[in-house]
Amino acid sequence: MSTQSQNVTSDDGVVKEASMLKQKAMIADNYEKLTSAPETGAKVAATYVPGNLNELIMCFDMLNNLPEINAIQNGMRKKSGAMITDAEKMGHSEDVCTYVKADIGNMAKGSIAPNGKPLPVPDLLLLSYTGCFTFMKWFELLRDQYGCRTTMLHVPYAADGNTTQNMRDYVVKQLKEDVIPALEEVSGVKFDIDRLREHLRHSAAAEDDVVWVLESGKNLPSPIDAYFGGVYYIGPIFTAFRGTEAAVDYYRLLRGEIEDRIAKELGPVTPDGEPVEEKYRLVVEGPPNWTSFRDFWKMFSDEGAVVVASTYTKVGGVYDYDGFRHDPNNPLESLADYCLGCYTNRNLPTRVDMIEKYMDDFQADGFLVNSIKSCNSFSAGQLMMMREIETRTGKPAAFIETDLVDPRYFSPANVKNRLESYFQMIEQKRRGGGPAKAA
Amino acid sequence: MRTTDQIIDFCQELYDDMDFAAAKAWKEAAPGRKVIGYMPVYVPREIIHAGGMLPLGILGGGDNLEVIHGDAYYQSYICRIPRSTIELAITGRLDFVDGMLFPSICDVIRNLSGMWKMMKPDVYVRYFDVPQNYLDDVGGTYYAEELRELKRGLEALIGREITDDAIRQSITLYNDNRDLVNEVYALRATEPWKAPAKEVYLLMRAGMVLPVEDHSALIREYLAAAAANDRPMRDNCRIILQGSFCEQPPLGLIKSIELAGCYIVDDDYMLVNRWLTDAVPADGDPIDNLADAFIKHSTDTAAKYEPDGSRKGKYLVEAVKDRAAEGVIFAAPSFCDPALLDRPMLANALSKASVPYISFKYAENSGQMQPIREQAGTFADTIKLWGEA
Repeated sequence: MSTQSQNVTSDDGVVKEASMLKQKAMIADNYEKLTSAPETGAKVAATYVPGNLNELIMCFDMLNNLPEINAIQNGMRKKSGAMITDAEKMGHSEDVCTYVKADIGNMAKGSIAPNGKPLPVPDLLLLSYTGCFTFMKWFELLRDQYGCRTTMLHVPYAADGNTTQNMRDYVVKQLKEDVIPALEEVSGVKFDIDRLREHLRHSAAAEDDVVWVLESGKNLPSPIDAYFGGVYYIGPIFTAFRGTEAAVDYYRLLRGEIEDRIAKELGPVTPDGEPVEEKYRLVVEGPPNWTSFRDFWKMFSDEGAVVVASTYTKVGGVYDYDGFRHDPNNPLESLADYCLGCYTNRNLPTRVDMIEKYMDDFQADGFLVNSIKSCNSFSAGQLMMMREIETRTGKPAAFIETDLVDPRYFSPANVKNRLESYFQMIEQKRRGGGPAKAA
Repeated sequence: MRTTDQIIDFCQELYDDMDFAAAKAWKEAAPGRKVIGYMPVYVPREIIHAGGMLPLGILGGGDNLEVIHGDAYYQSYICRIPRSTIELAITGRLDFVDGMLFPSICDVIRNLSGMWKMMKPDVYVRYFDVPQNYLDDVGGTYYAEELRELKRGLEALIGREITDDAIRQSITLYNDNRDLVNEVYALRATEPWKAPAKEVYLLMRAGMVLPVEDHSALIREYLAAAAANDRPMRDNCRIILQGSFCEQPPLGLIKSIELAGCYIVDDDYMLVNRWLTDAVPADGDPIDNLADAFIKHSTDTAAKYEPDGSRKGKYLVEAVKDRAAEGVIFAAPSFCDPALLDRPMLANALSKASVPYISFKYAENSGQMQPIREQAGTFADTIKLWGEA
């Protein structure tokens, strides 16, 4: 049976494949577990996507609640705007991250999960902050509101493009002396390293398929959109499912769908369900806009623009560039390496090298930056990155500005105009105009 | 002996000079000298000094520098200090700088370290990471090794070892400098009319470009001159200024706050001068001592994580008490994540302690001071009229 025949339109208006629906069910199930925690007695850890320690959290039978994912959910449901303005009325600056304000605003409204039920106060704020300074302040703000126990995992920045033994030792020591004891105390479950190894085995298995999926964008035409579709593909591995059998099953299913599309020489599914006729192959840097996600995607798919590789799909873990896999033989060291290697924890020269490689390996026609007002971790330096990529590859680069979950910063006409001009630039370049690749 | 006006005129010249003539002159005075630039908020200047190098504070371009190229490197929603710092680099003003340190303060400065690596491949560039874990055997051990790595990098730059004895000697000099800086702040807290905000600011700013020995001598001279001055005490309120630890406000803003009726009795400008709150022991392993001082005796600011939630903002409440301040002005640069994210928590702590506060934002090149003056003036009037009611 063709995968196309399995597609259905979901309530957010996007046509979804079977794997997307499976993922949606997984996420819904997790929210159900989270919101029923007061009844079931399950303990909840709130933590972040980049540098999350999901395998470790599961060793203590704890659930994983991710504030960014809640903000994204509220953004896609067009609820985040009011939450942000509420937070601003409470004294939070209009200049700072809108994930933070959407989260704070949501708390003021009772922390309602997508299933309409309130999220519980976490038993532990597990601040594993990787590649983003704002996370640290965000959790201080949450601690101020919740008054619950907090423990921190500080992950040093890989400023020289590599990680050192000192960095790794520092992270491992924090895991041993701070994080694991806190998880033991909160959960009442003793740490079992063999249980962690088992989860890490599942992680590594899923990661192999994640890489296969993301690298399928090298095909001509690409069977995936590695940005808009990509955010669905990374969902399980970036959130509460890394280290589970469910994630392994999900990526096997997804891989099967993509193999099917490659065999049929189909492009990626679009928001309307029809495969794109690939006209432009792009590499995109930066997170997407969530409040107008479908409209934003359609601006690309309507023009035949397919994102063949993106950096956002590396924000919760880089598995392709240097082959990192979670390693059950070195469990804590492996968690440290994972945290240290997340995309925004890598220095700008490394990020440029990665993008250049994607441009070459995925035979991209151009490089596009979606610059996010909220996210200095991604955004500061992107204009320089853009020029560097243009110089190195000779391919046209462009720049649009939106925000994560603040609808005030998504200007559809402006974004569409810029994209259309950019696609014209690519056409012009194909006809022989524009700058040449640097020698 | 110079008068305070003469001393401050000298400091103002240093402040106005966007070509860093004083630092260049220091470098040219002897062959082989090196200059190491650093950005806010803290670097261990003792190690740089011990290597015979000049630590040079780079605090952006202020309102004296026209930013032409720098704006092309940053989106409109990113603060001003990185763009003016890029401008300083592109216009060649920092060509004499042999190394640059980018402290761990926020994602913008962090990413600027990578941009610098790409722009200046021949310059020693280091992102100076500090621990957010303050346990001796965890964050302390990590930080000591980071200091040793910094030392090794600087040794490679100068081509010789930086000895423990040299670091101990530098520690002594910087201990002395911090004592003097604290003396100036204490003088201003007790008799703010004798040490106006503009003067203290320029005096501290001089420490960004002068060798520590010269800066200490300058402070001594200022303290003596200020004591000899007979300046009238005004009926101003006493405020602490908070949130200006990275991008600096224009001098006009600092003057405006005082002119509006507020004595600034404490601030967080150039925290590098006062980062370590106790003297660093000058005997024993100097690297371990510097690490220990950071872990146990360093100032609180938004760039640091507060492990104990019940302590959040306490340092500000305590500073209000210690300095006998009557209110706090949150003055943060636009788009400054650390200051602006921290502000609601600090404001909560102040509210619980019944300390009044106001907030505004600025950029280093802000030109319109009238709204600031009106806001600060109204705040001062409110405190004066209603503060004891």
